[in-house]
Amino acid sequence: MTQLDLYALLPVIFLAAWASLLLLADLFVPHGRKGITALLSALGLLITLGISLAQFGRSAAGFGGMVALDGFSTFLACLFLLTGLLGVALAFNYLKRMDIERGEYYALLLFSVVGMMLMAQASDLIVVFLALELLSIPLYVMAAMAYPKTDSEEAGIKYFLLGAFASGFVVYGIALAFGATGTTSLSAIVAAVASGAADLPLLLAGAGLILVGFGFKIAAVPFHMWTPDVYQGAPTPVTAFMAAGAKAAGFAALLRIFALGLPALALDMTQVLVVLSALSMLVGNFVAIAQTDIKRMLAYSSIAQAGYILMAFVPYGNPAVRELSIAAALFYLAAYTLTSFGAWGVVIALEKPDGQGLKIDDYAGLGRRQPLLAAAMTIFMLSLIGLPPTLGLVGKIYLFRAVIAGGFYPLAVVGVLTSLISAYYYLRVVVKMYMQEGDPQVTRERWLDFTIGAMAVVTVVVSLFPAPLFDWASRAVLALF
Amino acid sequence: MDFLLQPLSIVTFFPLLGVLVLLFLKSEQKDALRWTALATSLVTFVISIWVFFFSGQYDIAAPGLQLVAKYDWISVAGWDIRYYLAADGLSILLILLTTFLTPIAILSTWTAVQERVKDFMLFFLLLEVGMTGVFVAQDLFLFYIFWEFTLVPMYFLIGIWGGPRRLYAAIKFFLYTMAGSILMLLAIIWLGINTGTFSTPDIIGKVPAAAQMLLFVAFAAAFAIKVPMWPLHSWLPDAHVEAPTAGSVILAGVLLKMGTYGFLRFNLPLFPEAAIQAAPVMGALAVVGIIYGAAVSLAQRDVKKLVAYSSVSHLGFVMLGLFAMNSIGIQGAILQMINHGLSTGALFLLVGIIYEQTHTRELSEYGGLWKITPLFGTITLIVALSSMGLPGLNGFVGEFTILLGAWGAGEGVYGSVWFAALSAIGVILAAIYMLYMFQKMFLGPAGEVTRHHQLRDLNWREIATLLPLLVFIFWIGLYPKPFFDLMAPSVDQLVAVLSAAMP
Repeated sequence: MTQLDLYALLPVIFLAAWASLLLLADLFVPHGRKGITALLSALGLLITLGISLAQFGRSAAGFGGMVALDGFSTFLACLFLLTGLLGVALAFNYLKRMDIERGEYYALLLFSVVGMMLMAQASDLIVVFLALELLSIPLYVMAAMAYPKTDSEEAGIKYFLLGAFASGFVVYGIALAFGATGTTSLSAIVAAVASGAADLPLLLAGAGLILVGFGFKIAAVPFHMWTPDVYQGAPTPVTAFMAAGAKAAGFAALLRIFALGLPALALDMTQVLVVLSALSMLVGNFVAIAQTDIKRMLAYSSIAQAGYILMAFVPYGNPAVRELSIAAALFYLAAYTLTSFGAWGVVIALEKPDGQGLKIDDYAGLGRRQPLLAAAMTIFMLSLIGLPPTLGLVGKIYLFRAVIAGGFYPLAVVGVLTSLISAYYYLRVVVKMYMQEGDPQVTRERWLDFTIGAMAVVTVVVSLFPAPLFDWASRAVLALF
Repeated sequence: MDFLLQPLSIVTFFPLLGVLVLLFLKSEQKDALRWTALATSLVTFVISIWVFFFSGQYDIAAPGLQLVAKYDWISVAGWDIRYYLAADGLSILLILLTTFLTPIAILSTWTAVQERVKDFMLFFLLLEVGMTGVFVAQDLFLFYIFWEFTLVPMYFLIGIWGGPRRLYAAIKFFLYTMAGSILMLLAIIWLGINTGTFSTPDIIGKVPAAAQMLLFVAFAAAFAIKVPMWPLHSWLPDAHVEAPTAGSVILAGVLLKMGTYGFLRFNLPLFPEAAIQAAPVMGALAVVGIIYGAAVSLAQRDVKKLVAYSSVSHLGFVMLGLFAMNSIGIQGAILQMINHGLSTGALFLLVGIIYEQTHTRELSEYGGLWKITPLFGTITLIVALSSMGLPGLNGFVGEFTILLGAWGAGEGVYGSVWFAALSAIGVILAAIYMLYMFQKMFLGPAGEVTRHHQLRDLNWREIATLLPLLVFIFWIGLYPKPFFDLMAPSVDQLVAVLSAAMP
């Protein structure tokens, strides 16, 4: 292991070490004072964030080309670390309130973040698989954390079974890709394809299976069946973490594998991606209309959002648009992370230990009782629809730019029309909050308030001054090649 | 941050100062809240007047965009989005209409809105920012942001303070208008990619003729729903009827004009070839709208619905004038936008005043009001006459000019003078339904409501809301030249672009 190897993987190594130590340290933290563990995990995430930010603009390859450090991975690493921080902030009081406070939560969360960061850096299919497992297994446990609630157990088991299934697809896909090219390294695959040594049909089959596997992770239709149940059953902070982090990690892997390793298959893959994207947008948005439970509604909304991000991914094979499309996907992932965390935060504020407070009807009267909370939720809903002045609009415009530049006009039309449909169910929450009477019981707590407030402010302010984030996302991509 | 201190930036964003103040007031201080909102909107109006007429920075005789406020907003990663505000003869009157109607609408809510006054005023001032922004934005991206943003406060105004079916009306309003504008969004992005800029003045003349028709349709979808043109009007009666009075005033007075303004600012100059091809269709739809709106008004028993449908008819005139594509037609159309804002705004105010006392809008329950409330009756009569186009009042000038323009276009884009001839039927129908309304409410024997309510005549506050409108109703009717002078240079410039594209 050379110094360069170490440098390329420094944030991942550091955080993994920190997580392992945290697992030990937690043994000495007395029960009922798990706030210390939370604080330590947040500290670890912050230090890692510092390291990642310091690596900004650097690029390197480590471990014989198995991992890469570039703008793409740095951007995503920062996003994952932010996801982790928000996951901690939302969980701290929630776990106590729901009486499921366990120190392991924080360690598991850190391990999962490590997996996500490794995923963004993986430039070898074996590392991709390693990262996938590292990020998923802690999530299975976290989903079932609210044991002995049956919902939560069901969520854990369901997520585990389907996740294992998806991992199987990925492994089989990797095996086929190896069979087709004789290598698992992305750069070597490109070389093999270029030299004509690769068995293209076999490689295509492998790529298809990998796509299926990650389709599960990002919750794209038709691989979305687990999403509503798992999102509903898992403790809400875990759901928030999963919806933002696991989805982004799935996209990170897809973007790197397909854009970097398999550009040769773009012609065939594009057709598949168009269908996946359109189906996700249609099914996600239409089924969300029928939901009465806010967690299920947001789950279907996250399926739809996966469709929107896939939309940017569609023209990846067109060299003129590729950078734009990856930048758009990254930007939208960031926008979605910020917005969805805010929305989940509001869900947590209304959720009660006995599982009440999760119906959309329970939001009636929030505008009067808790004007600030309701205003924040309104901002998140507007952002998910894609209306000004929020980040969601800017993100969608970025996505549509990629799609239109790529020439996929029908897909763009599907995108905007489904946005219109989504307006209906997102606005229903707003209608409940402001236009119907009720007396919702709300938990106000410092970190939760801070998270919700910060997300609301960021969603609006960054939408008014998006240039730096645009710039960052676009440079994150240049370094990929 | 220099660009934020430019005159138009100040006009646009000044209401935000009022919003800030409102945030620090308590919900119980209703009068303070009302006064703050009113004062803010009045100051905004004064600033707008000053900027255009007394600052010496706006030259009425110049045709181009003036009072430019520019800033490279997002110029990274291949984007070229600017903060770009400017005004010219096409927009000056609409900007002034917005700043003029807002304080009037706020004043009309003094006693009508008692619930959640703070939220109401917040949304109202935010709405003003959005509306003014729509009329001053010259960058398509910025325009779209303002355009969509106006939906949000209006949605709340209808949904919280509206009538019994407010939820339905609010969501219908929202989804309908959003349906049109998202297609426009795709067209805007296409333009941004293919012309390299989002600034409207730079795009003029750059759009390839082959692509124009699709873009025209995408933009027209957004604007035609907003106008609303027949057959896309069905959101309008619901929204109008359920909206609170002030909401209706702004909806009719300004929001609908955003649609016609969109045609004027974007569809005509950006896609002139397509606009010329589409003109016969647009003209025909406009004529259908004129007659349909008027005919349906005739059948209404609810006075607010009657006024709402009359908007469909009046806006049809505006569209007819715009797509006549000659100077006189377009000038008439712009003037008619203002006229409609004044007359229909006043009608909604009047309906609101009586509704506040009786809580019914059924024509059949009224009757004989004039005897009890003479001043109210007289003003209603003047406004009704203005709305039906009596010579000497503003409506006549607008409709007459539009008909002249449409007639003149007979040889050109429409290819037939029938457009003008048929739409004249609308004028006749307007006289019938307006007089019918007046007769039912004010003349004849006292009706159910009139007998059982202790009705009062207008108070000073109500007179203060109506008087400014009446002044302009007479002014435009008797001496419209200053208004035409404001728009003529810019309209001539636009017509030059259009005639260059004529086959």
